[in-house]
Amino acid sequence: MNLDAIRDKLGYQPLLLGIFGLLASGALAVVSNAAGPAIVAAEAKDLRDSLADVLPAGLADNDFLNDTVDVDRDGKTVTIYRARHGSDLKAVLFKVAERGYSGEIQVLMAVDPAGKILGVRVLKHSETPGLGDKIEAKKSDWVHAFAGKSLGEPAADKWAVKKDNGVFDQFAGATITPRAVVRAVKGGLQFFATRKQEITGQGA
Amino acid sequence: MSETGKLFKEGLWDQNVVFAQMLALCPTMAVTTSGTNGLGMGLATTAVLVVSNVLVSLIRKTVSDQVRIPVFVVLIATLVTVVDMAINAWLHDLYKVLGLFIALIVVNCAILGRAEAYAVKNGVWVSAVDGLAMGLGFTGALVVIGLIREFLGAGTLFAQASQLLGPAFSFLEVQVPHYGGALLMILPPGAFAVLGFLLAGKRILDRRLEARAAAAPEDSTPAVA
Repeated sequence: MNLDAIRDKLGYQPLLLGIFGLLASGALAVVSNAAGPAIVAAEAKDLRDSLADVLPAGLADNDFLNDTVDVDRDGKTVTIYRARHGSDLKAVLFKVAERGYSGEIQVLMAVDPAGKILGVRVLKHSETPGLGDKIEAKKSDWVHAFAGKSLGEPAADKWAVKKDNGVFDQFAGATITPRAVVRAVKGGLQFFATRKQEITGQGA
Repeated sequence: MSETGKLFKEGLWDQNVVFAQMLALCPTMAVTTSGTNGLGMGLATTAVLVVSNVLVSLIRKTVSDQVRIPVFVVLIATLVTVVDMAINAWLHDLYKVLGLFIALIVVNCAILGRAEAYAVKNGVWVSAVDGLAMGLGFTGALVVIGLIREFLGAGTLFAQASQLLGPAFSFLEVQVPHYGGALLMILPPGAFAVLGFLLAGKRILDRRLEARAAAAPEDSTPAVA
Protein backbone atom coordinates (compact mmCIF):
# COMPACT_ATOMS: atom_id res chain seq x y z
CA MET A 1 0.00 0.00 0.00
CA ASN A 2 1.33 3.39 -0.92
CA LEU A 3 1.29 5.73 2.06
CA ASP A 4 1.50 8.89 -0.03
CA ALA A 5 -1.62 7.94 -1.95
CA ILE A 6 -3.87 7.34 1.03
CA ARG A 7 -2.52 10.14 3.21
CA ASP A 8 -4.67 12.79 1.59
CA LYS A 9 -7.87 10.77 1.71
CA LEU A 10 -10.54 12.29 3.96
CA GLY A 11 -10.92 9.20 6.13
CA TYR A 12 -7.24 9.05 6.93
CA GLN A 13 -7.15 12.18 9.11
CA PRO A 14 -9.78 11.26 11.73
CA LEU A 15 -8.52 7.69 11.79
CA LEU A 16 -4.98 8.88 12.46
CA LEU A 17 -6.10 11.26 15.19
CA GLY A 18 -8.19 8.51 16.75
CA ILE A 19 -5.30 6.06 16.72
CA PHE A 20 -2.98 8.58 18.36
CA GLY A 21 -5.61 9.43 20.95
CA LEU A 22 -5.98 5.74 21.75
CA LEU A 23 -2.24 5.17 21.90
CA ALA A 24 -1.79 8.20 24.16
CA SER A 25 -4.53 7.19 26.57
CA GLY A 26 -3.22 3.62 26.54
CA ALA A 27 0.28 4.80 27.41
CA LEU A 28 -1.10 7.01 30.19
CA ALA A 29 -3.18 4.17 31.60
CA VAL A 30 -0.19 1.81 31.65
CA VAL A 31 2.13 4.35 33.31
CA SER A 32 -0.54 5.49 35.76
CA ASN A 33 -1.14 1.87 36.76
CA ALA A 34 2.54 1.13 37.13
CA ALA A 35 3.42 4.34 38.96
CA GLY A 36 0.28 4.72 41.07
CA PRO A 37 1.27 2.58 44.09
CA ALA A 38 4.77 4.08 44.17
CA ILE A 39 3.34 7.62 44.09
CA VAL A 40 0.90 6.85 46.92
CA ALA A 41 3.73 5.32 48.97
CA ALA A 42 6.04 8.28 48.33
CA GLU A 43 3.34 10.78 49.28
CA ALA A 44 2.55 8.82 52.44
CA LYS A 45 6.23 8.94 53.34
CA ASP A 46 6.28 12.71 52.74
CA LEU A 47 3.26 13.11 55.00
CA ARG A 48 4.83 10.90 57.68
CA ASP A 49 8.06 12.91 57.51
CA SER A 50 6.27 16.24 57.85
CA LEU A 51 4.10 14.92 60.69
CA ALA A 52 7.15 13.53 62.49
CA ASP A 53 8.88 16.87 61.98
CA VAL A 54 6.23 18.72 63.98
CA LEU A 55 6.25 16.28 66.87
CA PRO A 56 9.03 16.43 69.45
CA ALA A 57 11.31 13.41 68.99
CA GLY A 58 10.36 10.29 70.93
CA LEU A 59 6.92 11.59 71.86
CA ALA A 60 4.95 8.94 70.03
CA ASP A 61 5.59 5.34 69.11
CA ASN A 62 2.48 4.45 67.12
CA ASP A 63 1.84 4.49 63.40
CA PHE A 64 -0.09 7.76 63.57
CA LEU A 65 -0.55 7.81 59.82
CA ASN A 66 -3.09 5.03 60.21
CA ASP A 67 -4.60 6.20 63.49
CA THR A 68 -6.91 8.83 62.07
CA VAL A 69 -10.37 10.21 62.49
CA ASP A 70 -12.25 12.55 60.17
CA VAL A 71 -13.91 15.51 61.85
CA ASP A 72 -16.20 17.94 60.11
CA ARG A 73 -15.16 21.60 60.28
CA ASP A 74 -17.63 24.07 58.78
CA GLY A 75 -18.62 21.62 56.10
CA LYS A 76 -15.07 20.51 55.29
CA THR A 77 -13.55 17.24 56.42
CA VAL A 78 -10.38 17.53 58.46
CA THR A 79 -8.29 14.41 58.95
CA ILE A 80 -6.92 14.18 62.48
CA TYR A 81 -3.81 12.07 63.06
CA ARG A 82 -3.41 10.78 66.61
CA ALA A 83 0.05 10.26 68.03
CA ARG A 84 0.22 7.90 70.98
CA HIS A 85 2.86 6.49 73.24
CA GLY A 86 1.63 3.10 74.32
CA SER A 87 -2.10 3.71 74.82
CA ASP A 88 -1.73 7.33 76.00
CA LEU A 89 -2.80 9.98 73.51
CA LYS A 90 0.14 12.37 73.30
CA ALA A 91 -0.86 14.69 70.47
CA VAL A 92 -3.25 15.22 67.60
CA LEU A 93 -2.05 16.60 64.27
CA PHE A 94 -4.18 18.30 61.67
CA LYS A 95 -3.96 20.76 58.82
CA VAL A 96 -5.46 24.22 58.77
CA ALA A 97 -5.48 26.71 55.92
CA GLU A 98 -5.86 30.44 55.61
CA ARG A 99 -5.65 32.90 52.75
CA GLY A 100 -2.31 34.67 52.73
CA TYR A 101 -0.95 37.47 50.57
CA SER A 102 -1.08 35.31 47.45
CA GLY A 103 -3.08 32.14 47.67
CA GLU A 104 -3.73 29.71 50.42
CA ILE A 105 -1.24 28.93 53.16
CA GLN A 106 -1.44 25.36 54.42
CA VAL A 107 -0.32 24.86 57.98
CA LEU A 108 0.19 21.62 59.87
CA MET A 109 -0.12 21.83 63.63
CA ALA A 110 0.39 19.41 66.50
CA VAL A 111 -1.65 19.97 69.68
CA ASP A 112 -1.39 18.00 72.91
CA PRO A 113 -4.58 16.74 74.64
CA ALA A 114 -4.60 19.77 76.95
CA GLY A 115 -4.73 22.14 73.98
CA LYS A 116 -1.10 23.28 74.02
CA ILE A 117 0.72 23.62 70.72
CA LEU A 118 3.63 21.22 70.27
CA GLY A 119 4.69 22.45 66.89
CA VAL A 120 3.59 24.27 63.73
CA ARG A 121 4.92 23.93 60.18
CA VAL A 122 3.91 25.59 56.95
CA LEU A 123 3.34 22.84 54.40
CA LYS A 124 2.52 24.82 51.31
CA HIS A 125 2.33 28.47 50.39
CA SER A 126 2.96 30.81 47.49
CA GLU A 127 4.01 33.92 49.39
CA THR A 128 6.58 36.36 48.06
CA PRO A 129 10.08 34.84 48.02
CA GLY A 130 12.38 36.78 50.31
CA LEU A 131 9.53 38.41 52.23
CA GLY A 132 6.66 36.14 53.14
CA ASP A 133 8.57 32.88 52.88
CA LYS A 134 10.14 33.42 56.30
CA ILE A 135 7.20 31.41 57.60
CA GLU A 136 9.05 28.30 56.36
CA ALA A 137 10.95 26.54 59.11
CA LYS A 138 14.04 26.16 56.91
CA LYS A 139 14.24 29.88 56.13
CA SER A 140 13.61 31.37 59.56
CA ASP A 141 12.75 30.15 63.05
CA TRP A 142 9.70 32.41 63.24
CA VAL A 143 7.26 29.50 63.11
CA HIS A 144 8.80 27.94 66.24
CA ALA A 145 7.34 30.81 68.28
CA PHE A 146 4.02 28.95 68.32
CA ALA A 147 5.35 25.98 70.31
CA GLY A 148 4.07 26.03 73.89
CA LYS A 149 1.26 28.49 73.17
CA SER A 150 -2.39 27.69 73.79
CA LEU A 151 -5.73 29.48 73.60
CA GLY A 152 -5.37 31.03 77.06
CA GLU A 153 -1.66 31.69 76.77
CA PRO A 154 -1.36 34.33 75.37
CA ALA A 155 -4.85 35.77 75.96
CA ALA A 156 -7.25 35.69 73.02
CA ASP A 157 -6.71 39.36 72.05
CA LYS A 158 -2.94 38.85 72.06
CA TRP A 159 -3.20 36.11 69.41
CA ALA A 160 -2.05 38.50 66.70
CA VAL A 161 1.09 40.01 65.23
CA LYS A 162 2.75 42.84 67.13
CA LYS A 163 1.40 45.45 64.75
CA ASP A 164 -2.11 44.41 65.87
CA ASN A 165 -1.02 44.56 69.56
CA GLY A 166 -0.37 40.83 69.67
CA VAL A 167 2.68 38.84 70.72
CA PHE A 168 3.90 37.43 67.39
CA ASP A 169 6.57 39.13 65.30
CA GLN A 170 5.81 40.28 61.81
CA PHE A 171 8.46 40.59 59.10
CA ALA A 172 9.70 43.86 57.69
CA GLY A 173 7.61 44.45 54.59
CA ALA A 174 5.28 41.52 55.14
CA THR A 175 2.48 41.74 57.66
CA ILE A 176 -0.29 39.96 55.80
CA THR A 177 1.55 36.64 55.64
CA PRO A 178 2.35 36.20 59.36
CA ARG A 179 -1.09 37.58 60.21
CA ALA A 180 -2.66 34.81 58.11
CA VAL A 181 -0.55 32.13 59.75
CA VAL A 182 -1.42 33.39 63.25
CA ARG A 183 -5.09 33.42 62.30
CA ALA A 184 -4.85 29.89 60.90
CA VAL A 185 -3.21 28.54 64.06
CA LYS A 186 -5.64 30.35 66.35
CA GLY A 187 -8.54 28.97 64.29
CA GLY A 188 -7.05 25.51 64.60
CA LEU A 189 -6.90 25.81 68.38
CA GLN A 190 -10.52 26.97 68.53
CA PHE A 191 -11.50 24.06 66.32
CA PHE A 192 -9.68 21.74 68.71
CA ALA A 193 -11.36 23.29 71.73
CA THR A 194 -14.91 23.08 70.38
CA ARG A 195 -14.60 19.56 68.94
CA LYS A 196 -12.21 18.13 71.50
CA GLN A 197 -14.27 15.04 72.24
CA GLU A 198 -14.48 13.97 68.61
CA ILE A 199 -10.86 14.87 67.89
CA THR A 200 -9.29 13.07 70.80
CA GLY A 201 -11.86 10.30 71.00
CA GLN A 202 -11.89 10.71 74.77
CA GLY A 203 -14.52 11.94 77.19
CA ALA A 204 -14.51 15.64 77.81
CA MET B 1 31.18 22.67 9.78
CA SER B 2 29.55 19.31 10.42
CA GLU B 3 25.77 19.05 10.73
CA THR B 4 26.08 18.27 14.46
CA GLY B 5 28.37 21.23 15.06
CA LYS B 6 26.02 23.50 13.16
CA LEU B 7 23.05 22.30 15.20
CA PHE B 8 24.89 23.01 18.44
CA LYS B 9 25.97 26.46 17.28
CA GLU B 10 22.35 27.26 16.37
CA GLY B 11 20.90 25.82 19.57
CA LEU B 12 23.37 27.47 21.91
CA TRP B 13 23.68 30.85 20.24
CA ASP B 14 22.31 31.72 16.77
CA GLN B 15 18.83 30.26 17.31
CA ASN B 16 18.82 30.16 21.12
CA VAL B 17 15.28 29.42 22.29
CA VAL B 18 15.15 32.37 24.69
CA PHE B 19 17.62 34.90 23.33
CA ALA B 20 17.00 34.49 19.59
CA GLN B 21 13.67 32.73 19.03
CA MET B 22 12.10 34.47 22.05
CA LEU B 23 10.05 31.37 22.75
CA ALA B 24 9.12 29.91 26.14
CA LEU B 25 9.40 33.27 27.84
CA CYS B 26 6.63 32.44 30.31
CA PRO B 27 8.43 29.53 32.03
CA THR B 28 11.68 31.44 31.63
CA MET B 29 10.49 34.38 33.68
CA ALA B 30 8.54 32.28 36.15
CA VAL B 31 11.23 29.87 37.29
CA THR B 32 14.44 31.88 37.10
CA THR B 33 14.34 33.14 40.67
CA SER B 34 17.57 31.22 41.27
CA GLY B 35 20.28 29.52 39.26
CA THR B 36 19.30 26.14 40.65
CA ASN B 37 15.68 26.54 39.57
CA GLY B 38 16.80 27.54 36.09
CA LEU B 39 19.08 24.51 35.88
CA GLY B 40 16.32 22.15 37.01
CA MET B 41 13.77 23.50 34.54
CA GLY B 42 16.38 23.53 31.75
CA LEU B 43 17.45 19.92 32.25
CA ALA B 44 13.87 18.64 32.52
CA THR B 45 12.95 20.53 29.34
CA THR B 46 16.01 19.21 27.52
CA ALA B 47 15.05 15.61 28.29
CA VAL B 48 11.49 16.14 27.06
CA LEU B 49 12.71 18.02 23.98
CA VAL B 50 15.06 15.22 22.89
CA VAL B 51 12.40 12.51 23.31
CA SER B 52 9.66 14.56 21.65
CA ASN B 53 11.91 15.40 18.69
CA VAL B 54 12.76 11.70 18.25
CA LEU B 55 9.10 10.65 18.42
CA VAL B 56 7.94 13.38 16.04
CA SER B 57 10.70 12.49 13.61
CA LEU B 58 9.74 8.80 13.77
CA ILE B 59 6.10 9.45 12.87
CA ARG B 60 6.72 12.33 10.45
CA LYS B 61 5.96 10.22 7.37
CA THR B 62 2.76 8.75 8.79
CA VAL B 63 1.22 12.00 9.96
CA SER B 64 -0.47 14.11 7.32
CA ASP B 65 -0.06 17.87 7.26
CA GLN B 66 -3.70 18.53 8.07
CA VAL B 67 -3.69 16.85 11.47
CA ARG B 68 -0.05 17.13 12.46
CA ILE B 69 -0.54 19.88 15.09
CA PRO B 70 -3.19 18.03 17.14
CA VAL B 71 -1.16 14.84 16.87
CA PHE B 72 1.99 16.57 18.13
CA VAL B 73 0.09 18.26 20.94
CA VAL B 74 -1.34 14.92 22.08
CA LEU B 75 2.09 13.34 21.82
CA ILE B 76 3.88 16.04 23.81
CA ALA B 77 1.18 16.26 26.48
CA THR B 78 1.28 12.49 26.92
CA LEU B 79 5.05 12.49 27.10
CA VAL B 80 5.18 15.21 29.74
CA THR B 81 2.51 13.50 31.82
CA VAL B 82 4.34 10.17 31.63
CA VAL B 83 7.61 11.83 32.68
CA ASP B 84 5.80 13.64 35.50
CA MET B 85 4.27 10.43 36.87
CA ALA B 86 7.46 8.39 36.45
CA ILE B 87 9.63 10.91 38.32
CA ASN B 88 7.00 11.29 41.03
CA ALA B 89 6.90 7.53 41.55
CA TRP B 90 10.50 6.43 41.23
CA LEU B 91 12.62 9.55 41.80
CA HIS B 92 10.47 11.18 44.42
CA ASP B 93 13.20 13.32 45.99
CA LEU B 94 13.98 14.82 42.61
CA TYR B 95 10.27 15.34 42.07
CA LYS B 96 10.02 17.47 45.19
CA VAL B 97 12.54 19.87 43.62
CA LEU B 98 11.48 19.60 39.97
CA GLY B 99 7.80 18.74 40.33
CA LEU B 100 6.66 22.29 39.82
CA PHE B 101 8.58 22.64 36.56
CA ILE B 102 7.65 19.40 34.86
CA ALA B 103 3.99 20.31 34.54
CA LEU B 104 5.07 23.68 33.14
CA ILE B 105 6.92 22.00 30.26
CA VAL B 106 3.62 21.11 28.65
CA VAL B 107 2.96 24.79 27.97
CA ASN B 108 6.49 25.36 26.72
CA CYS B 109 5.98 26.34 23.10
CA ALA B 110 9.63 25.64 22.34
CA ILE B 111 8.85 21.91 22.31
CA LEU B 112 6.10 22.19 19.71
CA GLY B 113 8.22 24.81 17.96
CA ARG B 114 11.11 22.39 17.44
CA ALA B 115 8.73 19.61 16.40
CA GLU B 116 7.30 21.90 13.74
CA ALA B 117 10.47 23.65 12.66
CA TYR B 118 12.88 20.75 12.66
CA ALA B 119 11.87 17.24 13.68
CA VAL B 120 9.00 16.98 11.20
CA LYS B 121 11.39 17.58 8.29
CA ASN B 122 14.49 15.69 9.43
CA GLY B 123 15.76 12.25 10.38
CA VAL B 124 15.68 10.74 13.84
CA TRP B 125 19.36 11.14 14.72
CA VAL B 126 19.72 14.80 13.72
CA SER B 127 16.39 15.58 15.37
CA ALA B 128 17.69 14.13 18.64
CA VAL B 129 20.84 16.26 18.31
CA ASP B 130 18.72 19.30 17.54
CA GLY B 131 16.60 18.65 20.65
CA LEU B 132 19.72 18.29 22.78
CA ALA B 133 21.33 21.45 21.39
CA MET B 134 18.16 23.53 21.74
CA GLY B 135 17.60 22.15 25.23
CA LEU B 136 21.12 22.97 26.35
CA GLY B 137 20.80 26.46 24.90
CA PHE B 138 17.56 26.89 26.85
CA THR B 139 19.23 25.53 30.00
CA GLY B 140 22.14 27.92 29.58
CA ALA B 141 19.82 30.90 29.16
CA LEU B 142 17.79 29.96 32.24
CA VAL B 143 20.89 29.43 34.36
CA VAL B 144 22.37 32.78 33.32
CA ILE B 145 19.14 34.69 34.01
CA GLY B 146 18.61 32.76 37.24
CA LEU B 147 22.13 33.41 38.49
CA ILE B 148 21.97 37.14 37.77
CA ARG B 149 18.59 37.50 39.49
CA GLU B 150 19.67 35.37 42.42
CA PHE B 151 22.96 37.22 42.84
CA LEU B 152 21.38 40.68 42.74
CA GLY B 153 18.19 39.74 44.53
CA ALA B 154 19.29 37.41 47.31
CA GLY B 155 23.09 37.63 47.35
CA THR B 156 23.53 33.90 46.72
CA LEU B 157 24.60 31.72 43.80
CA PHE B 158 23.16 28.25 43.17
CA ALA B 159 21.38 28.20 46.54
CA GLN B 160 20.07 24.70 47.31
CA ALA B 161 21.94 23.19 44.36
CA SER B 162 22.76 20.17 46.51
CA GLN B 163 19.03 19.40 46.80
CA LEU B 164 18.82 19.14 43.03
CA LEU B 165 22.16 17.59 42.11
CA GLY B 166 23.12 15.73 45.26
CA PRO B 167 25.32 16.67 48.25
CA ALA B 168 28.49 16.41 46.11
CA PHE B 169 27.53 19.69 44.43
CA SER B 170 27.19 21.76 47.58
CA PHE B 171 30.48 23.49 46.66
CA LEU B 172 28.50 25.40 44.01
CA GLU B 173 26.51 27.24 46.66
CA VAL B 174 27.90 30.69 47.29
CA GLN B 175 26.64 33.26 49.77
CA VAL B 176 27.72 36.87 49.40
CA PRO B 177 28.48 38.14 52.91
CA HIS B 178 26.81 41.31 54.23
CA TYR B 179 24.41 41.67 51.31
CA GLY B 180 20.69 41.53 51.94
CA GLY B 181 19.72 41.56 48.29
CA ALA B 182 17.51 43.77 46.19
CA LEU B 183 14.22 41.95 46.40
CA LEU B 184 12.92 43.49 43.18
CA MET B 185 15.21 41.25 41.15
CA ILE B 186 13.54 38.12 42.53
CA LEU B 187 10.10 39.51 41.82
CA PRO B 188 8.65 39.50 38.26
CA PRO B 189 10.02 42.97 37.28
CA GLY B 190 13.52 41.62 37.85
CA ALA B 191 12.90 38.92 35.27
CA PHE B 192 11.86 41.46 32.65
CA ALA B 193 14.79 43.74 33.42
CA VAL B 194 17.45 41.00 33.32
CA LEU B 195 16.02 39.45 30.17
CA GLY B 196 15.90 42.86 28.50
CA PHE B 197 19.53 43.67 29.31
CA LEU B 198 20.71 40.23 28.20
CA LEU B 199 18.82 40.52 24.91
CA ALA B 200 20.30 43.94 24.28
CA GLY B 201 23.77 42.61 25.14
CA LYS B 202 23.42 39.72 22.71
CA ARG B 203 22.26 42.06 19.93
CA ILE B 204 25.25 44.34 20.44
CA LEU B 205 27.65 41.40 20.50
CA ASP B 206 26.11 39.89 17.35
CA ARG B 207 26.36 43.23 15.54
CA ARG B 208 30.03 43.59 16.51
CA LEU B 209 30.77 40.05 15.32
CA GLU B 210 28.98 40.74 12.06
CA ALA B 211 30.89 43.96 11.52
CA ARG B 212 34.19 42.22 12.22
CA ALA B 213 33.35 39.38 9.83
CA ALA B 214 32.46 41.87 7.12
CA ALA B 215 35.61 43.91 7.69
CA ALA B 216 37.90 40.85 7.61
CA PRO B 217 39.90 40.53 4.39
CA GLU B 218 38.53 38.05 1.90
CA ASP B 219 41.61 35.85 1.69
CA SER B 220 41.85 35.17 5.44
CA THR B 221 38.64 33.14 5.46
CA PRO B 222 38.40 29.96 3.43
CA ALA B 223 35.83 30.06 0.65
CA VAL B 224 32.56 28.53 1.72
CA ALA B 225 30.12 27.17 -0.78
